[in-house]
Amino acid sequence: MQLARVTGTVVATTKVPGLEGIKLLIIQPLDRHQQPSGTPVVAADAVHMAGPGELVYFVAAREAAQALPETFVPVDHAVVGIVDAVSELEADA
Amino acid sequence: MKLGRVVGNVVSTIKAPDFEDRTLLLVDLVGPDGTPSGGYHIAVDNIGAGAGETVLLLDEGNGARQVLDAPGAPIRTVVIGIVDEVSG
Repeated sequence: MQLARVTGTVVATTKVPGLEGIKLLIIQPLDRHQQPSGTPVVAADAVHMAGPGELVYFVAAREAAQALPETFVPVDHAVVGIVDAVSELEADA
Repeated sequence: MKLGRVVGNVVSTIKAPDFEDRTLLLVDLVGPDGTPSGGYHIAVDNIGAGAGETVLLLDEGNGARQVLDAPGAPIRTVVIGIVDEVSG
């Protein structure tokens, strides 16, 4: 899983069966310092509450579809959580 | 599997149900000598890894679901070991 910023939404009326009711978001993957990294992708919103501007984490590949109610769907990125905070931990040593 | 170093954690209230009661760690990917390679993962911690520790990461869904005993979970990346030493 990786961090991303939601930058927009996608509306598609005509789509393959199984994707009805699935909210689509445009997310910009981020590096560890929360700077944009790579190209934006369209992701399914598995938490139903993510919106533009929010910091989220997403899962890619086959596991993305597992996050949705119907798991046998053609989805390759899914937002699976909204981030409250990212804490940098100090090593004990 | 990949080598990583635990550098932080990710706190999240609103999340997919399979993520309830799971600890998410921010893990920098490192080379065999411990040098960060630039990438990172957010990984589910299954064994109690702590900050600064070098860990073994699995980034594959079938194995992740198996080790977490969570069939159907949308989880792909899991900490599956704490590394004592890398040689060679």
